[in-house]
Amino acid sequence: MADEKRLMKGNEAIAEAAIRAGCKAYFGYPITPQNELTAYMAKNMLDKKRIFIQAESEVAAINMVYGAAATGARTMTSSSSPGMSLKQEGISYACGADLPCVLVNVARSGPGLGGISPGQGDYFQSTRGGGHGDYYHIVLAPKSVQEAADLTYEAFDLADKWRMPAMILADGLIGQMMEGVVLPSARDPASLPKKAWAAGHRAGTSREANHITSCWLVPEELEQNNIKRYRRYDEVKRAEVRFEEVNTEKAELIFVAYGTSSRVCLGAVEMAKKLGIELGLFRPISLWPFPDKRLAELAAKGKKFLTVEMSMGQMVEDVRLAVNGKAEVLFYGRCGGVIPSEEEVLAEARRILGK
Amino acid sequence: MELIYGHPKSLKPIQTKYCPGCGHGVIHRLICEVIDELGVQDRSVIMNPVGCSIWADLYFDFDSVQVPHGRTPAGATAVKRMLPDHMVICYQGDGDLAAIGTAEIIHAANRGEKFTGIFVNNAIYGMTGGQMAPTTLVGQKATTAPYGRDPIEAGMGYPIRVCELLATLGGTKYLARGSVDSPANIRKTRQYIKKAFEAQLRGEGFGMVEILSPCPTNWQMKPGEAVDWVKSDMIPFYPLGEIKNSLEEAAK
Amino acid sequence: MTEKTFMAGFGGQGVISLGMLWVYCAMKEGLEVTFFPFYGAEKRGGIARASVIVSDREIASPLVTSPDSCIVMNMDSLPICEEVAKQGGVMIINSSLVKNGTMRADVKAIEVACNDIAEKIGDPKIANMVMMGALSKVTGAVTLGKLEAVLKTFFPESKHKFIPLNMAAIEAGRAAV
Ligand SMILES: Cc1ncc(C[n+]2csc(CCOP(=O)(O)OP(=O)(O)O)c2C)c(N)n1
Ligand code: SF4
Ligand SMILES: [Mg+2]
Repeated sequence: MADEKRLMKGNEAIAEAAIRAGCKAYFGYPITPQNELTAYMAKNMLDKKRIFIQAESEVAAINMVYGAAATGARTMTSSSSPGMSLKQEGISYACGADLPCVLVNVARSGPGLGGISPGQGDYFQSTRGGGHGDYYHIVLAPKSVQEAADLTYEAFDLADKWRMPAMILADGLIGQMMEGVVLPSARDPASLPKKAWAAGHRAGTSREANHITSCWLVPEELEQNNIKRYRRYDEVKRAEVRFEEVNTEKAELIFVAYGTSSRVCLGAVEMAKKLGIELGLFRPISLWPFPDKRLAELAAKGKKFLTVEMSMGQMVEDVRLAVNGKAEVLFYGRCGGVIPSEEEVLAEARRILGK
Repeated sequence: MELIYGHPKSLKPIQTKYCPGCGHGVIHRLICEVIDELGVQDRSVIMNPVGCSIWADLYFDFDSVQVPHGRTPAGATAVKRMLPDHMVICYQGDGDLAAIGTAEIIHAANRGEKFTGIFVNNAIYGMTGGQMAPTTLVGQKATTAPYGRDPIEAGMGYPIRVCELLATLGGTKYLARGSVDSPANIRKTRQYIKKAFEAQLRGEGFGMVEILSPCPTNWQMKPGEAVDWVKSDMIPFYPLGEIKNSLEEAAK
Repeated sequence: MTEKTFMAGFGGQGVISLGMLWVYCAMKEGLEVTFFPFYGAEKRGGIARASVIVSDREIASPLVTSPDSCIVMNMDSLPICEEVAKQGGVMIINSSLVKNGTMRADVKAIEVACNDIAEKIGDPKIANMVMMGALSKVTGAVTLGKLEAVLKTFFPESKHKFIPLNMAAIEAGRAAV
């Protein structure tokens, strides 16, 4: 039976969804605006006799995740921007060792210590493999508390399916706001995928020793390994692209926005409609893999794009790459923790259209 | 709790953002009094930590440098090496010093860096809203220790006595623990700070003064109760006094 | 129907629980809801503000920038609300603490002496509930028909004895407008 609709903070909904997805071990370090997530995990993971550790730092937390993932357990860490920077080293290692895990970034505004208000300035870091070496990992961007729960739940499956970290890129608004949410039902632990590659439980099997490592000292071997991983990335790009479209067929100008800023743009689309102006919204849900094919199709139809971000302009580069000169791509951004208003975004669209 | 007459020159005459009954403000004042007494305001640099005292640069009327959370001693190391004739103060909370920055403090102390640590131990993460700190007492509740700190069953470890830990390191010269729970203890804490600062001016290091400090907000107590709790619960576990003094002066 | 409300007061006045209960009830009445409390590094006894939206459709931006209704719980919040209030919108003012009313002539100002009414009922802490009763009556957006049940899950068992008092405050708030 489906759960009743509950009123929850985004941070708590993410935590509860992770528990229901079968997260066996959570590691975190306090940082605003995701503290409710860690506190929820402290209470509920301990109650369920699962592993919760408040690590001494984010560097330690991500390495604990690495360890737990190496044993085949579903595992997660969460943080906010400055903490995600510290985790990048561990994320690179997890990608290099093909370890599934879930990473949650309830992003704030930067750079540096920046502010604790919502931001989208971590797009590059998240989608470009923020650490060293050649790698990517899945990045999903929820727009609501419901989607934060759903995508977190799904992220565990995607991570296992593709043997790579899957990141939830939310922001302080999504983490802190409360909305109604129907939570996915708890996974039966017996239904979780078996991981023959994992370390441990060799006794009684006849398998060779499993080695979890990202270290390949023979250049040709490392190269082959990377190439193999990139083939997997190609498959991910074919299979896991997710996006949402609103009124893109009729629209002359299409907003491209994810997460919080996409909700602002949706408001502008609705306000425009009342004025007799047709605007559209294209919302990438998977930021990696990026929905570039569909954007290219829309570009070929002669649409104009206005990318709206809570940053100085990061995803706009992916939009330009996707459109590849076939359409005009404009940008409107606020940063520093400022959330643009529906009114100002609408005004920018009208200025561009001269309407 | 005010014991000194005038407002210290190096402390700006503005109201702080700290909660009523918070220890940070008193500690700021002590630092500034000693700085003024030693006449080094114009060659002092404070390392601003990431914690409730993140806005320390608003209050201290001398230069400040802010580094990432926990890296405070690493930053202080470089500042002091570049400015050896300056008074470099490394101000840290318990989360900053004894969790995320454990490596940095141990190695700065072990190298015998010649700055002075001011370690504000309030047994909690103040700024982020009351999570468990490395110094949280056994049984003490925190948002991430909802049933109280449980060292064994929940594997939360034991509170760390930082002075005692650092005392084993060859690089440390002066380690003292004070408290701001009473006028008498505030006076003693001031003496420790003065001794540590003077040692720094003579080029002796590493020195650190740990200060037990109330956080009524996150302990969920009234200011008066918080001061009592420092006395009844913190001091018995974190004994006050000079934990290590191998300054040249002491040898004489 | 979409009702966007901006709520403002100081920490301890129950602005946050007011917003949460408002959307909780709305959700139980079948509406879509968002509640976004402003969070700051200076949460200590300072300002409490929230963006609150209830609607019968999907909600776009959770940030209320042009509120249909404003709730002004204390004096400091008045200029903040005056700055954002929508032309023709309503502003419900806690006249126990805000003495001079609003300068905005283009909004419908409604004064409710929340603290005085709450005190008369027996507990100054339920001024927020008086305000919620008024908000329900004025906007009609949320009937609060399910409030009693909601309060039972909102409060721990030990506080259930205060529910009648809260319900009385709602009624008094309704009656005051
Ligand atoms: C890399 C990173 N992780 C986490 C944080 C969030 N953060 C800010 S202050 C703080 C802890 C503060 O506690 P403490 O050092 O004890 O200082 P207090 O506030 O108690 O004085 C944390 C975890 C951060 N700023 N940067
Ligand atoms: S939260 Fe605690 S440490 Fe921070 S200012 Fe308040 S009393 Fe001081
Ligand atoms: Mg602390």
